[in-house]
Amino acid sequence: MGKTFAEKIFSKKVGHDVSKNDIVTIIPDYVMSHDNSAAISKIFGELEVDKLYDPNMLIIILDHTVPASQVKYAVNHKIIRNFVKKYGIMHFYDLNSMGGICHQVLPEQGYALPGKIIVGSDSHTTTYGAFGAFSAGIGRSEAAVIWATGKIWLKVPESLKIIVKGKLKQGVSAKDIVLHIIGKIGADGALYQSVEFSGETIENMTIASRMVFTNMVAEMGAKNGYIAPDEKTFEFLKGRAVSNYEVIYPDEDAEYVDVLEFNVSDLDPQIAAPHTVDNVKPISEFEGKLFNQGLIGSCTNGRLEDLKEAAEILKGKKISENVRLLVFPASKEVYIQALEAGYLKIFMESGALVLNPGCGPCLGAHEGVLADGEVALSTTNRNFKGRMGSPDSEIYLASPATVAASAIEGKFTNVRKYVE
Amino acid sequence: MIIKGKVWKYGDDINTDVIYPGRYTYQLLSPEEMASHSMEDLDKEFVKKVGKGDIIAAGKNFGMGSSREQAAKCLKYSGITAIIAKSFSRIYFRNAINAGLLAITLPEHVGKIEEGDIIEINLEERKIKTPKGEFEIPQFPKEVIEILNDGGLIEHTKKIIRDGG
Ligand code: SF4
Repeated sequence: MGKTFAEKIFSKKVGHDVSKNDIVTIIPDYVMSHDNSAAISKIFGELEVDKLYDPNMLIIILDHTVPASQVKYAVNHKIIRNFVKKYGIMHFYDLNSMGGICHQVLPEQGYALPGKIIVGSDSHTTTYGAFGAFSAGIGRSEAAVIWATGKIWLKVPESLKIIVKGKLKQGVSAKDIVLHIIGKIGADGALYQSVEFSGETIENMTIASRMVFTNMVAEMGAKNGYIAPDEKTFEFLKGRAVSNYEVIYPDEDAEYVDVLEFNVSDLDPQIAAPHTVDNVKPISEFEGKLFNQGLIGSCTNGRLEDLKEAAEILKGKKISENVRLLVFPASKEVYIQALEAGYLKIFMESGALVLNPGCGPCLGAHEGVLADGEVALSTTNRNFKGRMGSPDSEIYLASPATVAASAIEGKFTNVRKYVE
Repeated sequence: MIIKGKVWKYGDDINTDVIYPGRYTYQLLSPEEMASHSMEDLDKEFVKKVGKGDIIAAGKNFGMGSSREQAAKCLKYSGITAIIAKSFSRIYFRNAINAGLLAITLPEHVGKIEEGDIIEINLEERKIKTPKGEFEIPQFPKEVIEILNDGGLIEHTKKIIRDGG
């Protein structure tokens, strides 16, 4: 019997054969944390050790509430900067470095590599699976324990195979597919599982689009996502990879809990309605719905191709006077590229507002929050009640193209009429 | 470990944003302050009604969403000693165990537990006694039992470090 990706990578890591549901104790290649590093450092303090297991294992990125909008965030950041200095942590991305949202920075800076095991105290750590890494979210205490001891126990997950076939219609993108899949299998459709994506549609996709899938496996309850590395992956990693890497592919005859196949040739733009990500319906059911704030950005859809898609729709047009549109590029690298390509100018001239790279309004802890009764249409990954501010606001999730087209019209719009 | 307490019931897919809203996530708050925000966006009465030793019974995918550990800790600090659910989001399950908060997956029988029931959980015997009968608790991995017995991951790790492990 062959092995899945998860079984193979853990077998390699521990040096003997392991299978699904086995518990392994491992030393991950990296442990990532962001603004919550202040809280983690406090827990680390409780462990009463005088040094880190390995300072080079830590990657710390400030992204969730940058630049600080309140004194308590500023204090948080200060605690982290002091900790970084005290312990000599090299992989640190502050506002003055090529930073951005952690899940964008790890791939850009060449840490997210095939065959690596990366854990992070953030649920969307799953994103690095788009590069053939095993990456999963953990809690803050677990991160602190890894800082001190290097170790964590993990269960080798069962695996689910999702095959995507078909050629997308104009104006439909990775986000629409992944929302559609989550709508079908549910917010717990892949609970505890390792989700392996494959099929011609995925193979034909850019790296940025693949990352949308592995980012959003968190919304299916998955432990991690995986996409087999190929030429595009190796091309992306050229000049970025911080170390050598070994590519791991699942065996042909591996055993899966289920194999699901989706044909997306006829798929229309999709919307996830409040307050769960699996409440997904095609745009036709919402056309004409009014909204207050559009958002383009986040670790799901804040990459260059997302901004390009939106900019092409917004070029030479004005957004409706009834909405505000916030654009927050996922990283400094993306910001600079979008600047050079002229996208940021298009956004600003259209009436949108370009924010600094970072998590921005995605989690309602920083800027751009919603008032009672307001409706947001957003390219982010969660629409939970109150996530972006008032518990009496509503968040709808969609692709960058859908948000751009809807912002022009001031109401939910099928982007297809802008691209056909 | 034997726990006896009163049950509060919640539905499916209870997410971490309603258990512990994001607006508090990047503030370093005391246990009391964390407890005071428990379930804030789901059940405003929760903090008032919950008592020490109480138990939550819930549907599928409890704790879905963010990896924020406070969503487990706030419930513990508010007095909750155990959560029984049809299923848990995986990070939430780990966070709960790591906080020393018992998380029991009981897919078949959790529906028979009613709000207000007084139930008893016996971890050694792997049994839950409820008004509607006795149910078996699935076997936890030995790593989980060790963490629970030590009162959470931090205490457990300190012990390992002390023992030179
Ligand atoms: S952009 Fe949103 S989902 Fe992504 S890491 Fe930041 S807060 Fe989390």
